[in-house]
Amino acid sequence: MELIRAVEEPYKREIPEFNIGDTVRVYVRVVEGDKERIQPFEGIVIARRGSGIKETFMVRKVSYGIGVERIFPLHSPVIEKMEVVRRGDVRRAKLYYLRHKKGKAAKVKEKDIFTTQS
Amino acid sequence: MTGILGKKIGMTQIFDEKGNVIPVTVVQAGPCQVIQVKTVDKDGYEAVQVGFEEIKKLKRVNKPMKGHFDKAGVPPYRVLREFPMKDLNVGDVVTVERFQKGDKVSVSGISKGKGFQGVMKRHGYGGGPGSHGSMFNRAPGSIGSSAFPSRVWKNKGMPGRMGGVRVTVKNLTVVDVKPDQNLLLIKGAVPGPRGGYIEVRKED
Repeated sequence: MELIRAVEEPYKREIPEFNIGDTVRVYVRVVEGDKERIQPFEGIVIARRGSGIKETFMVRKVSYGIGVERIFPLHSPVIEKMEVVRRGDVRRAKLYYLRHKKGKAAKVKEKDIFTTQS
Repeated sequence: MTGILGKKIGMTQIFDEKGNVIPVTVVQAGPCQVIQVKTVDKDGYEAVQVGFEEIKKLKRVNKPMKGHFDKAGVPPYRVLREFPMKDLNVGDVVTVERFQKGDKVSVSGISKGKGFQGVMKRHGYGGGPGSHGSMFNRAPGSIGSSAFPSRVWKNKGMPGRMGGVRVTVKNLTVVDVKPDQNLLLIKGAVPGPRGGYIEVRKED
């Protein structure tokens, strides 16, 4: 097991700390033909699963009224960089219930950093 | 041919330059020491016998094997196998450095035992409908014709013990070699449980 961790280690990348419910902006490398460009994907993290290099996270956003979910491998080189836009305050590890909510009900409360950190 | 003995550590995944995920099996291979060289004159064929995983407690080695190791002047090893390799002498060490990224290898090992299994799992039979009143669910069906041949053909697939046999997977790619840790990363799955002994072979 330790050997596998050691094998994975060089492939791991530096990732900002983020949690379920946070709004993140993921800069995705998109290859079109022979050209490469960066496309941001911003949404709420609704799930994180796996461990080590196999860890993935799911980002949900509503684009022109249509729900879009993307699953990214956390350590994938496809992710150019990512940043946390907003901290969310949620009580669940998987926010699949957001799929059935629309408009205001589909919002995640923002974490009050000042009171939680004191 | 180049052959090496190893131990399956487990599977994980790594990324290539394009960001594709590659499933890999981590194999701790070698170092294997040559214990005996077989020659055409003496044994009728050419091969070398190599050992893998040293036995630290000498009392665990029985006397006939001890004599075999002492004759070669090498420490006792747990697993011994022969590979048709040339230009090696007794005491030489085979390491993963003989393998390179991109090599195509065959991997042999004892597959995981599955116990007594039916024909659907064991031989890939189709089985019958699961519902709608069907009472023919996972049965093998007819096992042959009548007057001719008046018997069941040899090798007819029947239920029975599955797994626990030697399996070879060919044409696997070596994704990475780590000589400092004696590790091989091989794309895809290899036979056997974690911790099982395997042979990795490469045609030259």
